[in-house]
Amino acid sequence: MKARTVGRHIKEGGKNIVRNGWMTFASVSAVTVMLLVVGAFLMVILNVNHFADSLESDVEVRVFVDREAEAPEQEELEESIGTIHQVEDVEFIPRDEGLENFIESLGEQGDYFENLRDENPLNDVFVVQAADPQDTELVAEEIDSLSYVDDIEYGSDIFEQLFAATDFVRIVGLVLIVGLLFTAVFLIANTIKLTIMARKTEIQIMKLVGATNSFIRWPFFIEGLLLGVFGAAIPIILLTYGYQRFYDSIGTATGLEFFNFLPANPLILQTSVLLLVIGAVVGVWGSLMSVRKFLRI
Amino acid sequence: MIEMKDVWKTYPNGVMAVNGLTVYIQKGEFVYVVGPSGAGKSTFIKMMYREERPTRGDILINSQNLRLMKERHVPYLRRDIGVVFQDFKLLPSMTVFENVAFAMEVIEAGRDDIRKRVMNVLDIVRLKNKARFMPHELSGGEQQRVAIARAIVNSPAVLIADEPTGNLDPDTSWEIMHILEEINERGTTVVMATHNRSIVNNMRKRVIAIEGGRISRDEVRGAYGYES
Repeated sequence: MKARTVGRHIKEGGKNIVRNGWMTFASVSAVTVMLLVVGAFLMVILNVNHFADSLESDVEVRVFVDREAEAPEQEELEESIGTIHQVEDVEFIPRDEGLENFIESLGEQGDYFENLRDENPLNDVFVVQAADPQDTELVAEEIDSLSYVDDIEYGSDIFEQLFAATDFVRIVGLVLIVGLLFTAVFLIANTIKLTIMARKTEIQIMKLVGATNSFIRWPFFIEGLLLGVFGAAIPIILLTYGYQRFYDSIGTATGLEFFNFLPANPLILQTSVLLLVIGAVVGVWGSLMSVRKFLRI
Repeated sequence: MIEMKDVWKTYPNGVMAVNGLTVYIQKGEFVYVVGPSGAGKSTFIKMMYREERPTRGDILINSQNLRLMKERHVPYLRRDIGVVFQDFKLLPSMTVFENVAFAMEVIEAGRDDIRKRVMNVLDIVRLKNKARFMPHELSGGEQQRVAIARAIVNSPAVLIADEPTGNLDPDTSWEIMHILEEINERGTTVVMATHNRSIVNNMRKRVIAIEGGRISRDEVRGAYGYES
């Protein structure tokens, strides 16, 4: 395609946008609302995923070894745990190291516990992780039945409920996004249809004098593309500003030690690029839908 | 040039518009297509520029078979066929110059070519001095001349005119006819569907009469031959 032709298509596409005034406004608004919701949900979903990931990596079984157990018996126990096939990783924390960590984690207050070093009250611990966090309970039960196990500790029901909740959020979000996507596509298709109606004679003449179909289509693609991209502008600005504010105020102050919200950067950039791409795709898709039907003149 | 061999056209609604029509039009001919309304004239004309596809039979234009032609090749066929309508079909928001130039722009002609060629054809239809006018500022005859200029601007081998004088008074109609004749003399084949008895009888050319979807008469220097 010649450079001048590209210029012509862009000019024509732009002209259509201006000419359709209110309909342009309506479909850009629809895309704006859709992308705002999509963007917000994306940010929620990404954070929920991140939360679930943090949670999942934090799901572990702590096995307190019987204080009576001698070294060979401990090794035997470690081996038995290792052979449970849902187990991915076993880490041994000797009681001295456990105490060290404990004292360190308390900082200055840890000094009060310095005298415990003479008479360490802790057990040796195996930290066991299941390959699939959902199997944690199963693994815990099996380990509990082994000998030389004094006690075990693991998060139970609460995790399962959380996993169910995060799955629910993901599914609802996706359904909502897909629904809104189709709405926007149809609105854009309608706007373009209006343009095509208004330019029926023009298109007919173009066809009669031998313009190729792709030549006729291009301005409509560009119109759709512009509708989509314009629709992405406001959501990007609002979500960037909003998330920045949100993150600045409570991003790291969640009250949960294993979880922080995703940092504003790169989340905002990723979301913005994605919204721009969705806007463009929705726009071009909408224009494709109406052009295909109406080009058979 | 234009060859139709046993062409049939039945529309999806069951109307049989053309029933076994065979005709041969040579390069450089001037042909009137006459016949009562609903006789199949329009379908005959529309099949020539592939607006309609024949149900059966072959149509060859410059040895290309239109029935077998792929959709994506149709634009290139149309560049070799100019079409003029009864209602002009000008774009009201464009000047005379732009209306004619439009036909060249959409086939991606160069800017200099466009300027030169458009002024050239406006000269042929004697509208050079009205290049900057808008269509609504022109008379009907002038508007039809713009439409003719647009139809020939890409130098087609065939000019098809579907009732070009249908909306015009007799004097203006003759103006148009003289321009069409001049274009024909420059070597363009002209096929013109018409109801205008006086033109057909006074500017004698080949006459193809269509009735009931068939050719009922084909005379080299024919007359209109119907009561109108």
